Amino acid sequence: MISDPVPPPSANEADPEASTVTAAEKVLPAIEVHDLTVAYRTSPVLWDVDLVLPPGKLIAIVGPNGAGKSTLLKAILGLVKPITGWVQVFGESYEKRRSWVGYVPQRESVDWDFPTSALDVVTMGLYGRMGWLRRPSSRHREVAEECLDKVGMGEFANRQISQLSGGQQQRVFLARALAQDARLYLMDEPFAGVDATTERAILTLLQELKDAGRTVVAVHHDLQTVAEYFDHVVLLNMRLVAAGPVADTFTTDNLQRTYGGKLTLLTQTAESFLAKRPGGA
Amino acid sequence: MDALSFTARNVLLGATLLGVSGGVLGCFALLRRQSLLGDALAHAALPGVCLGFLLTGSKSPLPLFLGALVAGVAGSLFILAAVRWSRVKEDSAIGIVLSVFFGVGIVLLTWVQRSPGGNQSGLDQFLFGQAAALVTEDVILMAVLSALVLATVAAFYKEFKLLAFDPEYAASLGLPIRRIEILLTLLLVTVVVVGLQTVGVVLIVATLVTPAAAARQWTERLGAMVLISATIGAFAGASGALVSASAPRLPTGPVIVLVASAVLVASLLFAPERGLLWAALAERRVARRIRHENLLKDLYRAGESRGEPGAFIPVPELMGMRGQSAPRLAASARPLVDKGLAERRGDALRLTGDGLVTAAGVVRKHRLWEVYLTRRLELPSDHVHRDAEAMEHALDDVAVAELDRLLGHPAVDPHGQPIPRPEALAVEGARR
Repeated sequence: MISDPVPPPSANEADPEASTVTAAEKVLPAIEVHDLTVAYRTSPVLWDVDLVLPPGKLIAIVGPNGAGKSTLLKAILGLVKPITGWVQVFGESYEKRRSWVGYVPQRESVDWDFPTSALDVVTMGLYGRMGWLRRPSSRHREVAEECLDKVGMGEFANRQISQLSGGQQQRVFLARALAQDARLYLMDEPFAGVDATTERAILTLLQELKDAGRTVVAVHHDLQTVAEYFDHVVLLNMRLVAAGPVADTFTTDNLQRTYGGKLTLLTQTAESFLAKRPGGA
Repeated sequence: MDALSFTARNVLLGATLLGVSGGVLGCFALLRRQSLLGDALAHAALPGVCLGFLLTGSKSPLPLFLGALVAGVAGSLFILAAVRWSRVKEDSAIGIVLSVFFGVGIVLLTWVQRSPGGNQSGLDQFLFGQAAALVTEDVILMAVLSALVLATVAAFYKEFKLLAFDPEYAASLGLPIRRIEILLTLLLVTVVVVGLQTVGVVLIVATLVTPAAAARQWTERLGAMVLISATIGAFAGASGALVSASAPRLPTGPVIVLVASAVLVASLLFAPERGLLWAALAERRVARRIRHENLLKDLYRAGESRGEPGAFIPVPELMGMRGQSAPRLAASARPLVDKGLAERRGDALRLTGDGLVTAAGVVRKHRLWEVYLTRRLELPSDHVHRDAEAMEHALDDVAVAELDRLLGHPAVDPHGQPIPRPEALAVEGARR
C-alpha cells in the first residue's frame, strides 16, 4: 500500500492536485500546534503547548503518565476540544486534511470480543472513502488484504479478532490506518505490550513509511528505544518541555525536567545514549 | 391453523414484526452496551402515551405512538444532558430517567383511569402489553415502522458497525458520530413504540437484548449475528403469539419473552465454541487424555527403574504412584488395553510395543521441558517437575522438535535420566 517515493514538484504538471500535495508535504510542517490548552473539567491536561513538527520524520512523543500525550493526539484529530489554541495539519485545519491523516488508537480503546474478522477491521479504514449507502467492494477487500500482508498478517485475514494476540491486534490496527494511505500517521503507543516479532514488523513498516516521505507521530512508552527508533522527539509533561531532533533534544537535562528528576534509570539511559555520540556528551 | 381468528392473525403479524426489528436493532444495542438504555427509553415512553391520550382524547394508535416517541426522545436527551453537564455517570443517569419518567407515567395513568371516561381508556395495556387489542391500524403502523428501522439499518450498516466497534476511529475518519448515535437512539425508540402494545414497556427490553445475546453465541460475524437475531426474534414473536392464541389465559407479551429466554438459555448451554456444554465436554476430553498419558508414563518410569521398560508392573504399585484408587486406575487402564497400548496379566500391567513408543513420547516431552526450564530459564532442578507434569500434555510434536533442536538434542534431563529418542524406541517396539 506504500506508493512510490514522493516525486519532485515539477514532475506532475499534468495533475495539479498531485503536485499541490507534493509541494505541501515537502514545505509545510506536518503539524503545527499553537497555544493549545486542553482541560478535563477543571484540571488542565495540556497547557500552552506550541509545537511545530517537520514532515517526513519519525517523531516520538514521550512523557510520564498523565502528561497529556494521548490528549495531544486527540486534540490534533479533533476528538477533544481545546480551551484555547489551534492545530493545523499541513497548513490547514484537520477537517480539511482529514483524508491525509491515519489514526492508530491504543489497543485498549476497543473491545476485541466484537464479532468481526481481521480483514473486516482493516476494511473499516476505507469507510471514509466509500460514502454513504455504499458497501465494501471486492476492490476494497483487495486493498485491505494487501495492507494485512504489509504487516505480516495476511494469513489471519478471516480470523476472529478476539483470537489474535496483542501484537497481532496492534498490527491489524496499523493495517487499518495503512489502508487510508495517509500522509501523516498518528499512533498511540504502537509498541506497548507487543512481542518481538511485532516490534520488528512495526519498525520495518515505520522505516518504509519514512522512505516513502510519510510522517509518523507516535506516543512512545519506552525511553530506552526512543533514540534507536525515532529521528525527532517531543518531551511533554502537560507543558511542552522540549521538541526537536533526538540528538539535540533527548538530553539528561530535558529528561529530568520532563520526568521531575525522580528517575535515576533515565539518567543512565540518557547518559549511555549521549556517551555513544561521536564527541561524547 | 386456518382457524386463526382475525385478531390472532394480527397478533402473529405484529409479534413477528416486533421480533425482527427488535432482534436486528438489539445487536447494535448489545454490542454498544446500551441494553439498559433501551429499557430506560421504554419506561420513559409511558408518560408520552398518557399525554397523547389526554391531549387528543382518542386511543387511536398514531397520537399514542407519537407521544411515546416524543417522551422516548425526551428521555434520551435528559440522559445526555445529565451526563454532559453534571457529575452524574451514565448508568445513574439512565436509572434516574427511567424511574422519574416511569413514575410520572404511572401518576398520569392513574389520573386518566380515575377521570370520567378514562376507565375505558385501557391505557394500562401499555404496561405489560395486550396483544389481543391489536387492530389492523396498529399492525399497519408496526409494519411501516419496522420497515423503516430495517431499511435504516441496511443503509447505515457499515457506519453502525464502525460506531459500535471503534467510535473514536470513526470520528477520526470524519464520520459524524454524534448524528449517527442520535439516529441509532431514534431507531431504539421506534422499536419501543412498535412493541408497546404487544409486549408493554416493562418487558420490551427483552425483545432487544435476548435474541441478540442468543445470536452472539452462535457466530463470530456481525452480519450473521444480525440475521440469526432477527430469526430468533421472529420465532419468539410468532410462537408467543400462537401459544397464547391457543391458550387464552396466557398473555402474549410474557410468553414471547419466555420463548426468547428459553432460546437464550439453550444457546448459552449448547452453542459450539462458546457454549457451556461444549466447554465442559472439551474439558472432559482433555482430562481423559491426561489421565491416559499419565498412566503410560507411570508404566514407563516404573519399568525404567527396574531396568526393563516393558516390565509388568503390579497395579497396587501404580496406584501408589499417584494415589489413585483401584477403580480409577482400572478406568484409565481399560482404554489403553483396548487400543493395544498396554496389556494386563492378573493384577499387573505392562506396555506393549506401541504403548512403549507412545509412553516414551510423553516422557520425552517431560524431560525436554525440564532441560529447557533449568538451562534457559535457569530454574533449580527441584522446581521443574511440577511444571513439566503439566507441559508434557500441552506440547505438540512441532514444538517438541523445535525444543529439541533449540537445546541441542540433550541426552539427559536435569536429574540424570535419559531422554528417550522416539526413533530408537520405534525399532525396539517393532522387535517385540
